Order: sequence, then C-alpha cells, then structure tokens
Amino acid sequence: MTEPRHSATHPRVSREHVLHLLRQMIRIRRFEEKCAELYTQEKIRGFLHLYIGEEAVATGVMEALEPDDAIVATYREHGHAIVRGIPMTRIMAEMYGKQEGCSRGRGGSMHIFDAATRFYGGNAIVGGGLPMAIGLALADKMQRRNRVTVCFFGEGAAAEGEFHESLNLAALWKLPVLFVCENNRYAMGTALARSESETDIHRKAESYRIVSHAVDGMNVVDVEAAAREAAAAVRETGEPRFLECRTYRFRAHSMFDAQLYREKSEVEAMREQGPIKRLTEWAEGTHFIHDNDLERIEAEVAAEVDDAVAFAEAGTWEPLEDLTRHVMAEPAEARL
Amino acid sequence: MSKVETTYREAVRAGIREALQQDERVFLMGEDVGAYGGCYAVSMGLLEEFGEERIRDTPLSESAFTGAGIGAAMGGMRPIVEVMTVNFSLLALDQIMNTAATVRHMSGGQFGVPVVIRMATGAGKQLAAQHSHSLEGWLAHIPGIRVVAPATLEDARGMLWTALQDPDPVLIFENALLYNRKGKLAAEAGAVDIDRAAVRREGDRVTLVTYGGSLFKTLQAAEELAAEGVAAEVIDLRTLRPLDDATIMKSVRKTRRAVIVDEGWRSGSLSAEISARITEQCFWDLDAPVARVCSAEVPIPYPKHLEDAAIPQVPGIVQAARETLGR
Repeated sequence: MTEPRHSATHPRVSREHVLHLLRQMIRIRRFEEKCAELYTQEKIRGFLHLYIGEEAVATGVMEALEPDDAIVATYREHGHAIVRGIPMTRIMAEMYGKQEGCSRGRGGSMHIFDAATRFYGGNAIVGGGLPMAIGLALADKMQRRNRVTVCFFGEGAAAEGEFHESLNLAALWKLPVLFVCENNRYAMGTALARSESETDIHRKAESYRIVSHAVDGMNVVDVEAAAREAAAAVRETGEPRFLECRTYRFRAHSMFDAQLYREKSEVEAMREQGPIKRLTEWAEGTHFIHDNDLERIEAEVAAEVDDAVAFAEAGTWEPLEDLTRHVMAEPAEARL
Repeated sequence: MSKVETTYREAVRAGIREALQQDERVFLMGEDVGAYGGCYAVSMGLLEEFGEERIRDTPLSESAFTGAGIGAAMGGMRPIVEVMTVNFSLLALDQIMNTAATVRHMSGGQFGVPVVIRMATGAGKQLAAQHSHSLEGWLAHIPGIRVVAPATLEDARGMLWTALQDPDPVLIFENALLYNRKGKLAAEAGAVDIDRAAVRREGDRVTLVTYGGSLFKTLQAAEELAAEGVAAEVIDLRTLRPLDDATIMKSVRKTRRAVIVDEGWRSGSLSAEISARITEQCFWDLDAPVARVCSAEVPIPYPKHLEDAAIPQVPGIVQAARETLGR
C-alpha cells in the first residue's frame, strides 16, 4: 500500500476516510454476494454480472465526483450505482424487476438508471456508452457548465470501433470526459493478450493525445488518488483524461460462465490481493481500524442488504396494462 | 400569401437556419456539414453564419457522432445529426437502435433522447449499391423512434422544427433526388405536423399510398390514370412511424382498392406492413387484392437503365393500378 499523501487532489487518508472506503467496498461486496444467492433462488433472472473483486475501482473513482457530474457505466454497474448513492433498496428492486426499482423494473441488472444522481446506465453493448459520454460532455461544454462526465468500460471495449471514435472525438473537441477503463483482463472469456496487439490499454489513449495513466485497480487509495488528480485536471482544463484501472473479477463473467478460460490458481492468487483484504490489512497495520470497526461495518451493511431484499420482496409488479408505456414520452414527460 | 420559388434543398436549409436562430440549444453536426457545405450542399453558408461550435464538422465516425448527438440531447441540447446517406447510417445503427430507441424505456421513463437525425436516402443518381438504398422501412420497424419522410417543399421546410420539439428521437429521410426539385413555397412557411398522412390528390377509384421520392412519380401516374378516366387518390404517408392508419383506411374504404408504392425492397418492407394493415382493417371493403410496386430484389446497380428498372417508375404504378381495376 502506498504512503498516505495529502494535497487538494489526493485523498486525505484519515481513519474516518479509510473506514468510509472500506464500508463502500463492503457494501458492494455483500450486495453482490446476496445477488448471487438470490439468483440461485430465481429471484433475480436474466444476466447477472457481479463486481466482486473490482470494488476498488468504482469506490475510488466515485470519491472524485461532485453531485452534478455524470456517470455512464456498463452492464457490470451495481457497484457504481451503490457508491454513487442510489438507494440499495431501489437497486435491489430493479434486480427483481419490480416497479419500485430505480428503472421501474424495466431495465434489470444491466440497466440501472437514476436521474437524481445523473447515473446514465447500465449499457449492455460493449463500448456503446462511450459516445453517450462524449455527447453529455459536449452538452456541458456548449452550455458552459463545468462538470465532468465519467465513462466506465472494460478493456474489452478497446477492441470496439466506438472506443476509438469516441477517444478521438473527445480529444479533438476537448471534451470534459474522464474515461475509466476497468481492465479485469478478460473480455468475457477472452484474455487480453488473445484479443489485443497492444495490451497496455492506456497507451491507446495516449495515441489520441489524451493524458493517460495506469493504476493498480486493486488498491482503492491509489485509484482514488489517480481519479482525484484526473477529475481535477478535467475540471481545470475541460479536456479528457484516461485512467486504466488494473483489476480482476473474482467471480464468473455472468452466472452462466463455467470459467474454462482461466486457472483456479490464478483466481486464488488474485483473491489474496483483493481490494477489501488489502485495505483492511493496511488499515490494521496503520491502526486506522480499531477492534470493533469491521464487525460494526459488517453488521450495518448486513442490515442494509436485508432491508434492500425486504424492499424488493415487498415491491410490486407493474400492471400488464402498462406494457407499452415508457417507449415514447407521455404528456407529463413531453417537456424536457 | 406571397410565394417564392425555392428548391427542396433550400427549404431544408431554411428549416435548419430557423431552428438555429430560434433555439440556442440547436446545433448541426455531421460529416462535411461545415467547411464543405454538406455533401448535398444543404448546409452551405451555415458555417459562416453560425460558427464552428454550432455547425460542427465531424470525423468519419458515424457511431460516435450519432451517439454524441444522443448524449448531447440527454444533456439538454437539441442536436441535428446529419448522416450522409442511409447506407452510412448502418455504422451508427447500434446507437440508433440500442441507445436512442431504448433509453427512455430502459430508464423507466427517466431519460428521453430529443435528437433529430437527418439522412439522405434513395436511388436515381447512379451511385450504385452502397449509396442508393431506401432503408427507412427498417428504421420504421423500431419502437422508440419516430420516422418521417418529407416529400414536398412544405414538409422539407417545416418538419424539422416540429421534430426538434419532440421529446423522443426523430429520423428524417430526405430522398436525394428531391434536393434539386423546384417549386413555390409560401414566404411564411413554417412548422408542420409530423403525425398525419396527407391526401395529395383526391380520387375514388383506387388509392395509391406512397412517400418520399416516389410521391411525384405516383402523382404523375395518377395524372395518366385520370386521362384514362380513373380517378386515383394519392396518399403521402409523411410519417413512416407511427403510421397514420386512419387516413389510409378512410381512403381505402372509399376506393376499395390499394396500390402501395415503396422504393424499399418488397420483402419485409414498409409496403408489406401497410398491406397487412389494410388487410387487417379493410378486408371486407376490398374489391381487389392489395398491390405493391417496390424495388427489385437486387442491390441498386450502377448503369442507368438497370437502376431505373430496379426502382418504382410511373408505368409500373399505372399498370398496378389498372390491374386492381381488372384492366
């Protein structure tokens, strides 16, 4: 773990902040574990992509954002939604497909949206969110608003044309986008080296003249520091930045994945470097964590997850008569 | 009402100019819309008048700039995205289909996408098999977007403003052969509705349903039919999604015969959809099977004689109408 750093753009590493980061990652972890359990009970259906192992990325990056910044995420976005501040109850109701869900149940696991926190999904087309992020940032630039649009995507997106088209446009038009590549080393089951001639993803961004860094995505403090620096630069210059967070997915790609493409020993080795484990051990070493802290956090998070499940269970199904709603604007929506 | 001579191209440009003048959220972006003046010269002069920020030349990145239009619309702007031709728009189909058309639904109504996407469509300029197709019927298949096809000068001038007021994505298809078409347009011409089909010629013997570039061929066919004593009614669909069933069915119930003229390929086409709807809603009113005049099932060929033979033409429309009358 890196030494604590203190500056305007670096996280203030205090006991309070370390516990906050730990709590955020544990909230994601326990929520995802519950989702896996609910999937086996068939409460959650469809595709379910868990963020377990990658918690440090969303947690660290989200610390760098202001309330009026925008987030564009992928189909592995539960964690981002949780740490952005969408109530866990409404996220879980969305998992169930209940109309109390944050997308009224219409989206499910892969399509979490929330206007209140400027959370623009939940995009299940790899690379499909990048052009939207470009456009959100273009709107800010043209309306002279000093806001950042953060766009999360996996390293698999680097193989898509939309990645290259969007990076070029962001650099060419000087748009305030923070690109965050969550490089978990496998595009579903395809290892990076089996799909890319240049495996240093951040170097692709450099080729578009975007200032770009790679960071240890298993270290939440490093991610936060890098994200704060990058977001501050985007705000200051109005130009894009690119952050490659090197991380690892502990669980299967989705619940249908038998994981034939990687060795169990590799997963086990990476688990030893897990973001929660590492922060906990470091915090214990520096005495930021006191005796009962973990137990207290775990108990509080368990209660939050239980509440979320209870909320989703008590949720209601949208009536069949509503089937074709929300395709085109209804009179109440027709102002924008 | 004073009228001025104008072209379809000038009418489209006047609509864009008005939108840029009236609403500061509006901007135009696409390939060669600025310094070049638009590949069909529609946006000629707009860069000088409105500047680079609002007349925005893009790289050849259909997916990214169409998606940027979607994102900018979600961020409070009112973008007009120009795609050179419908064939090129296939490179942006992911953004149109998977984002523009789905965001409102996937977000449970929280986010809308008030973007307007304009593109040229259609054959007739010997541009061969990658620049000449009429794929608007495909796009009209998609719930979550509105699809319009201005054929007249009034619609070329007035559909854009109404499309920009729509809280959902609107695709505007401009048949490339129409750009040079001249006519008189009211000096005060402005916004028009984008909901209803229009009866362009009244008649009581057969209904000819068409849109876009085929409208004027169909009107010519109606003229020739009139010379034979057959009064054909011509319906200009104007809006391809949602279809204005009421106007179509009212006419078919009157004439009891229908011919659909569609520059798209016959299989799985808009004409197939309209034919099905007529059969569903007017079966007992029909005196003859619904007929169709469509493009031949071939990529549009380069040589003029083959290109002409591949798409609907006046003699074929006249013949199809005659056959519904048993002639």
